[in-house]
Amino acid sequence: MNVESPDAPVRASSSGGVGPAIRIAAAGERRGTEDTERQTVIELQDLSCYYGAFRAVRNVSLEVRKQRITALIGPSGCGKSTLIRTINRMNDLVPSYRTEGKLFLDGQDLYGSGVDPVAVRRRVGMVFQKPNPFPKTVWENVAFGPKINGYKGDLNELVERSLRRAALWDDVKDKLKQSGMALSGGQQQRLCIARTIAVDPEVILMDEPCSSLDPRSTLQIEELMAELKKEYTIVIVTHNMQQAARASDTTIFMTMGEDRAGYVVEQGETVGIFTNPQNQLTEDYVSGRFG
Amino acid sequence: MSTQARPLNRVRPLSERVIEVLLLAAASVGVLTTIGIVGVLAFETFEFFREISPVEFFTGTFWSASIRPFAWGILPLVTGTLLVAFIALIFAIPLGLLSAVLLAEYASPRLRNVVKPVLETIAGIPTIVLGFFAINFVTPNLLKPIFQDDIGTFSALAGGIVVGLLITPLIASISEDAMSAVPRGMREGAYAMGATKWEVVRKVVFPAAISGIMASIILAMSRAIGETMAVVLAVGTNPQLTLDPRESIQTMTAFIVQISLGDTSQGSVQFKALFAVAAVLFTTTLALNLISNRIVSRFRTAY
Amino acid sequence: MTATTATPGTTARDRFEPALMRRKLTGTFFYGACIGAIGILFFALLMLLYDVLSRGLPWLDPDFISGVPSRRPERAGILPALIGSLQIGVIVGILTFPTGVAAAIYLSEYAKDNRLNRALRTNISNLSGVPSVIYGIFGLAIFVRALGFGFTLMAGALTLTLLILPVVIIASLEALKAVPDSQREGAYALGASRWQMVRGTLMPAAAPGIMTGIILAMARAIGETAPLILVGAFTFVTFLPNPIEGGYTVLPIQVYQWAGRPQPDFQGISAAAIIVLLVLMLVLNALALIVRIRLSRHIQW
Repeated sequence: MNVESPDAPVRASSSGGVGPAIRIAAAGERRGTEDTERQTVIELQDLSCYYGAFRAVRNVSLEVRKQRITALIGPSGCGKSTLIRTINRMNDLVPSYRTEGKLFLDGQDLYGSGVDPVAVRRRVGMVFQKPNPFPKTVWENVAFGPKINGYKGDLNELVERSLRRAALWDDVKDKLKQSGMALSGGQQQRLCIARTIAVDPEVILMDEPCSSLDPRSTLQIEELMAELKKEYTIVIVTHNMQQAARASDTTIFMTMGEDRAGYVVEQGETVGIFTNPQNQLTEDYVSGRFG
Repeated sequence: MSTQARPLNRVRPLSERVIEVLLLAAASVGVLTTIGIVGVLAFETFEFFREISPVEFFTGTFWSASIRPFAWGILPLVTGTLLVAFIALIFAIPLGLLSAVLLAEYASPRLRNVVKPVLETIAGIPTIVLGFFAINFVTPNLLKPIFQDDIGTFSALAGGIVVGLLITPLIASISEDAMSAVPRGMREGAYAMGATKWEVVRKVVFPAAISGIMASIILAMSRAIGETMAVVLAVGTNPQLTLDPRESIQTMTAFIVQISLGDTSQGSVQFKALFAVAAVLFTTTLALNLISNRIVSRFRTAY
Repeated sequence: MTATTATPGTTARDRFEPALMRRKLTGTFFYGACIGAIGILFFALLMLLYDVLSRGLPWLDPDFISGVPSRRPERAGILPALIGSLQIGVIVGILTFPTGVAAAIYLSEYAKDNRLNRALRTNISNLSGVPSVIYGIFGLAIFVRALGFGFTLMAGALTLTLLILPVVIIASLEALKAVPDSQREGAYALGASRWQMVRGTLMPAAAPGIMTGIILAMARAIGETAPLILVGAFTFVTFLPNPIEGGYTVLPIQVYQWAGRPQPDFQGISAAAIIVLLVLMLVLNALALIVRIRLSRHIQW
């Protein structure tokens, strides 16, 4: 699978300002000549996560398929955020954190020796629960990632392209020089999505991205996700079961065990998980009996 | 193949390491300064004690560094310093604590906007200006009318009053922090039993904040002991062992300034005396600061 | 009812004597004392300003500002002292800015939270409590003597830099701590290295607090007297100072020199010099406020 670096111009934007707010390249454009035989982008093998002596996540094995939306659901405290932050090595920032087991991105062990977390995060992006735009202009927010990653092309064009893809361009095209923090909550989150896709990741991790937004903004983000999955693989942690049911392709259900460690109970096609769960716990959770 | 364009095994570039070393160097300046200060003071004091006996230094009651016959008993300087500090605290503790109570318990936002700037302004006045105030206002307009001929142009009292003014904001702000940190629940419990506002302050807030308040007082004392310019004009250059605030005295800090203004050659015993006195000053203020810190860290973890 | 030993007709409640009136009066009295305390402080400040202004304003004219000190008060001016203060302020600002901010960044972002880090912070906290004369003595031993700077303005500036460095570090640490972690995470998530995060996200976000801290520290340095006396700032300087050659003075030292003379005229020009000094500090404080407002225009947390 050919993954292009941020320096190469990836997509041609030919809309000229007229047309849909989201301009996503056709499915074949991005990936280049090589085919997409490997369907699995992320694979966890028997992964356990520890904060010091405390095991927060226990023996998780799962797969995330390419260009799909995978939802991670479960009651609070069961380790969903820990797991997702392990994927882009965000938990490295916690001094006592360590993992056992394997985590592969495109077949490469992300926790192997010599792997630099900074490089990992260029390929696996993250959108956070509470929108966290920088106290800079809208333009600078989006351009920040490409600049530090050494983007050599036309930044203006990249900024516009990213904002269009995040369904934000029409809202901010006259306000590029205004503060990113002056936008509304939903706009701020779309700004964060725009800056994440500006560095051209393969995977976008979303940690409860809509939980601080109003229902209308939530719906906008979900529509955006449906468009984005045509190019990116998306993993979303969500508390909102209805959201998981309507927006995702695959669902993974986690819960907390007796030892307070999270583990995966069941995973599969979303439709199946919600209408015909195999595990009693899963059925209890999705029908609202606990959590 | 798939990861060639964006390899995961990025080696940390040299520039990152260099930056970290530079930052560490900056952080080390503090350590070097401390070591340097201790080293310099220790060395010269040791040299001083080769000429003058430590016993005379620490127990002698007469100090004369510039006028023969020389005498090297530091006690007059110490009592001078402590006298000024003590007078300063007598003024600063009530003024500071009452201000703190006002800010923490009583003040409306409007009152705060008056009181806080006043305190901050006083804290920001250059100390030489306070010394000027002492000799031009406090002594002629305050002290002379009260004491008449019993007080001269120089007195410990004049210095003590302005130093008291200087350290009041210190006591006020730290004590206010301590009082504001007392949980609301504690106050409400007392109110619910029918206590008046003042009773809540006196019997609940004050005792709960006592360690912070004590820490502020000790810190203020340390500041008063180390104060130079506010006293050097007002108290005179007359080291004598006395507890009478109306007398002219000399503090350790004022002595240090006096020596450096005069013509003292490097190897002379006066020059070394400078370091010896400075060493005593340094040790005293350091000890007080450490005690104050210890108390503060204990009260921070109390809730 | 719970009364068991009360005589018939009374309740437990009757055995309390609230004396509410008296207690409330006490409270009002102490409230009055609090107000009185503030009043005394306010009055003292007012008296100080009145004394300085009334003595000094008559002597404050353009000749005073552009002249040089003289044995005769009516001919005296403060230009060398003013230039000296400005030079020292600028040099100190230039020296403390990189050192102090770099040290704060290291302690806040790079050093692990362990014994070493806490020891470094305690050390800085202790240094901020060391009396200013001690820094003067240290400066005398190291900068003037050991490093051979002599009695130059540069030696004075270096000494004052060490004096205010702990203050700048502590203020910068506060400013860095005020930036929420979500900002750091946002930068990391985009593939920033630690230094890229610090430079691109953290420093702009902490800039208002940091710059304010530095400007206020410069104001404090300009008001310092004792350390400069120790490192040989002269008290009678009639020429304009040069940082690397000997002989300089600053406003506080000029104030001190004149205030030490008994004649009222000298007290007058001393007060005039104080006014210039206070105006200078006021300008710096105003500058700090403006800088803070300007730099935080994007910030909303």
